[in-house]
Amino acid sequence: MAQTNFNPLKIKKDFPIFKNNPGIVYLDSTASSQKPQIVIDAVTNYYEKYYAPIHRGLYGLAQKSTDMYENARQKVAKFINAENEEIVFTGNASEAINLSAYGWARKFLKKGDVIVLTEMEHHSNIIPWIMIKKKCGVELFYLPYDKDLRLDYKKLFSSKIDLKRIKLVTITHASNVLGTINPVKEIIRYYKNKGIKAKFLVDGAQSIPHIKIDVKDIDCDFFAFSSHKMLGPSGVGVLYAKKEILEEMDPLFFGGQMIKIVTKESATWADIPARFEVGTGRKEAVIGLGAAVDYLEKTGLKNIEKHENELTKYGLKLFKKFEKYIDLYGPKTPENRLSVFSFNFKDIHAHDSADILNRSKVCVRSGHHCAQVLMKCLDVIATARASLYLYNTKEDLDKLGSAFEEVIKIFKLQ
Amino acid sequence: MSDELYKEIILEHWKDPHHYGILKKADIDVTEMNELCGDEIRVMVKLNQGKIEGFSFVVRGCSIAKAGGSILSDLVIGKKILDVKKITPEKFLKEIGVEFTPARTKCALLAYSTLQKAI
Ligand SMILES: Cc1ncc(COP(=O)(O)O)c(C=O)c1O
Repeated sequence: MAQTNFNPLKIKKDFPIFKNNPGIVYLDSTASSQKPQIVIDAVTNYYEKYYAPIHRGLYGLAQKSTDMYENARQKVAKFINAENEEIVFTGNASEAINLSAYGWARKFLKKGDVIVLTEMEHHSNIIPWIMIKKKCGVELFYLPYDKDLRLDYKKLFSSKIDLKRIKLVTITHASNVLGTINPVKEIIRYYKNKGIKAKFLVDGAQSIPHIKIDVKDIDCDFFAFSSHKMLGPSGVGVLYAKKEILEEMDPLFFGGQMIKIVTKESATWADIPARFEVGTGRKEAVIGLGAAVDYLEKTGLKNIEKHENELTKYGLKLFKKFEKYIDLYGPKTPENRLSVFSFNFKDIHAHDSADILNRSKVCVRSGHHCAQVLMKCLDVIATARASLYLYNTKEDLDKLGSAFEEVIKIFKLQ
Repeated sequence: MSDELYKEIILEHWKDPHHYGILKKADIDVTEMNELCGDEIRVMVKLNQGKIEGFSFVVRGCSIAKAGGSILSDLVIGKKILDVKKITPEKFLKEIGVEFTPARTKCALLAYSTLQKAI
């Protein structure tokens, strides 16, 4: 059961990084989140008490280890309302998208087919499709965004694209730069009602840490995400795909664990999802991910969403206050928006502002955020980005504001 | 808080960079990128009898990259190519006179490295 009263200061105490780095204002969770004690403990406990290989040994410890691993798969499946065998563990979200590109698209798409994506995608949801374009001769169509930096998904119908040729629509659920949350459920329903018979992939790397995901409700065919952005360890990600799609997909890697019968000349594949998980699994990371799911469920995604929406409102006010000096790249309204703020001081490079913020222990990212297509559309080379998560507070945003004053002072902005 | 990195020298060159702009009929005209941050610099050089007669640059980057180009221009114009080649990165950084973190050292050396590669 989720907690009823959500106290951000108490939440912060669950994360040892803040105790060990007093005064730090961590505003880079979009890149990677901090870890609560129970995730750290889950990994340590596993090493100290239960460690053994999985899916092999018959002895007790190996069985326990396997159970813990498969139990984590169940937790993840339940967390997004999927079946256990629809959860494929990969290295991260990027690998999950590559698996759908090479395992599915490469097998089924051909010259003349169209893949629809958006101008706000992360490189990880662009480059695999550029590769498919090179290999299969498909066309790519990028959906634009509107003035408020929301996805203009109806633009598809005023384009010259023959709707019958669209075989895949791949959209980020939330932009890692703009903070825009795309209404993927509505988009998929709208497109299907218009007769588009494509598969739908949702890049959930930025949504799953913050909002409740139900893949059946969204009705997507693929959903990809990373553990390290949702309080879990690095090294594991997930590709969810509908059972019937996984059944017809090609494995990407070959070797141990993904087989049934091997002879000198041939081999047959294991059932899904093992077919896509070659070699020894990422045991400790998977078990840590299971603990992260527990923590998110215990805290309650509704509570997290509500708290973060308060932060978004507060943040938007802060940026409004500084609008004479700072351009904000993202929706100006708090609805369907993450607490992610990409910005630039006018005429000042993102590296300069990030460097000055860092002296006030305010950790923000600067650069192109793996979104060069979007940077080009926004006509900037880089932005600074402050991104918040459940452990952040209004005080953190106040400190960001004070650090802004420093930039203004040092660069003598009028 | 220390303002070491953003000393007057950096801010002055950033606001008012020397030899900033396009050099017509340049003998060398190269564009380089700092992959870490996507900063871009274009360096133009006019040569005459083994000497750097003219130098200019344009940068899409941070204050330190810009100041680095500006300070470099004052340093190399009128010098023999052979002598310019002898300027080590350490020597050039000393010329700027500011302590940089490793990440920002790359910015400070952007113009310098581009020029050294081109000559
Ligand atoms: C929207 C989006 N998709 C995909 C990724 C890739 O995630 P990973 O680097 O964990 O594979 C990211 C990471 O920043 C992201 O923000």
